[in-house]
Amino acid sequence: MKVRIASPLRSYTGNASAVVADGATVAELIDDLDHRFPGLAFRIVDEQGQLRQHMVVWIGQERCRDLSTALDGVDEVVIMQALSGGCIG
Amino acid sequence: MTIGTETPWSTRADFEAVGAEMPTDLDGPKLLIGTRKGAWILAADAARERWAVTPPMFLGQIIQHLVLDWRDGRTMLMATKTGHLGPTVFRSTDGGCTWTEANRPPKFRAGDAHGRSVRTVFWLAPGHADEPGAWYAGASPQGLFRSTDGGDTWDPVDGWNDHPNWGTWAEWPDVEGTPDGSMLHSILVDPRDARHLYLALSGGGVFESSDAGGDWRPLNAGCAADFLPDPDVPTGHDPHCVRLHPQRPDRLYQQNHCGIYRMDRPAERWQRIGDNMPRDVGDIGFPVELHPRDPDTAWVFPMDGTDVWPRTSPDGRPAVYVTRDAGDSWSRLDAGLPPRAWFTVKRQAMTVDDRDPVGVYFGTTGGEVWASADEGAHWSRIVGHLPEIYSVEMA
Repeated sequence: MKVRIASPLRSYTGNASAVVADGATVAELIDDLDHRFPGLAFRIVDEQGQLRQHMVVWIGQERCRDLSTALDGVDEVVIMQALSGGCIG
Repeated sequence: MTIGTETPWSTRADFEAVGAEMPTDLDGPKLLIGTRKGAWILAADAARERWAVTPPMFLGQIIQHLVLDWRDGRTMLMATKTGHLGPTVFRSTDGGCTWTEANRPPKFRAGDAHGRSVRTVFWLAPGHADEPGAWYAGASPQGLFRSTDGGDTWDPVDGWNDHPNWGTWAEWPDVEGTPDGSMLHSILVDPRDARHLYLALSGGGVFESSDAGGDWRPLNAGCAADFLPDPDVPTGHDPHCVRLHPQRPDRLYQQNHCGIYRMDRPAERWQRIGDNMPRDVGDIGFPVELHPRDPDTAWVFPMDGTDVWPRTSPDGRPAVYVTRDAGDSWSRLDAGLPPRAWFTVKRQAMTVDDRDPVGVYFGTTGGEVWASADEGAHWSRIVGHLPEIYSVEMA
């Protein structure tokens, strides 16, 4: 499926804003991305398997934080940094 | 992942003059600057009079620590994260020319009993001279990690991270800890014995291992803990920075949240040498730096620890203080520093070179680097307008 990649992660994808990866779940998809682009997964998922606080996975119009979510019939996933409505600098 | 640059930073053409004139050579010390928004390298001429600076590296990334491996003179490790992405380590084996991400960055084990995950790699320290390629990393939460391959792959030091007392010694869960997270820092390796280690927790205290990190014990007797209801406790202290003298490894200096201390092993009790500081200045601060050859000489940068802890210089009058007699007396060194300023110098943001006389350097939260080529007697600002400076290390 198509995976759109946020700009902070594009140093891993050769600056590609969209790549192709596979997986039956979001976790499997991220594992496959890490296989294709080593190091990418740990920047967005911690060692306990939790999506990092300021990262967001979109499946269609739905935000997804449960990495066990199935991707049946999904043809596009977006991995994006969260915009939290402010910044201290 | 490799981030490449075309030419090494050791090439003079890669630098820009900081002041009006470019240094005629770059044979002097180099400073590795880690900031909230990237890293820079500063280079001086042999006279340490003129400085040049590189363009930013890793612009926008949070660089907690950028450290040269003094054993080979060319390997550098950089502790980094971004506002969104998780923590990692980048490494260079060519003096900063190209950078490659660690294949296995510091991380706790999956299924960790405490449920810990690394938020920040905070401190990097080369290992013993007899163990080339060995490095230690301290993190937030307060984990200890070790690499044996020059920082490419890291493993948890189980003797620390899974110590039965870790949950008592460390701040966990660290919801009440240091605003940026409780951290492990000041990882010290005894140059006589690779198995003899110290580390410090903010907060938590100083700890010692004599078996390469297999077991640990607190080393806090004599340290104040004014913020605890019972100040006479074995752990829970707040060391800000601990240094071991390379020529006299039994001598430790500590800048603590509650004073400046010295310990001469095998003593087990810290002596509060900060009591000899002027009363109106006090002995609160973040960094302490040691003369590379004289174990009796150390520099500190006092800060205001009154009221709500502004952490700026007392009365807004920045000054370095030096002792030449192991803390029995202190002298103020402020010639050339601004008469009034309101910055903070963080624990990794002060360093010394090994020249004679020794150069002393510090970086500020206001993005300035100040230098003295005469052991602190005279100061000049060598660069400004950088982001908030987190670390200044010698290269």
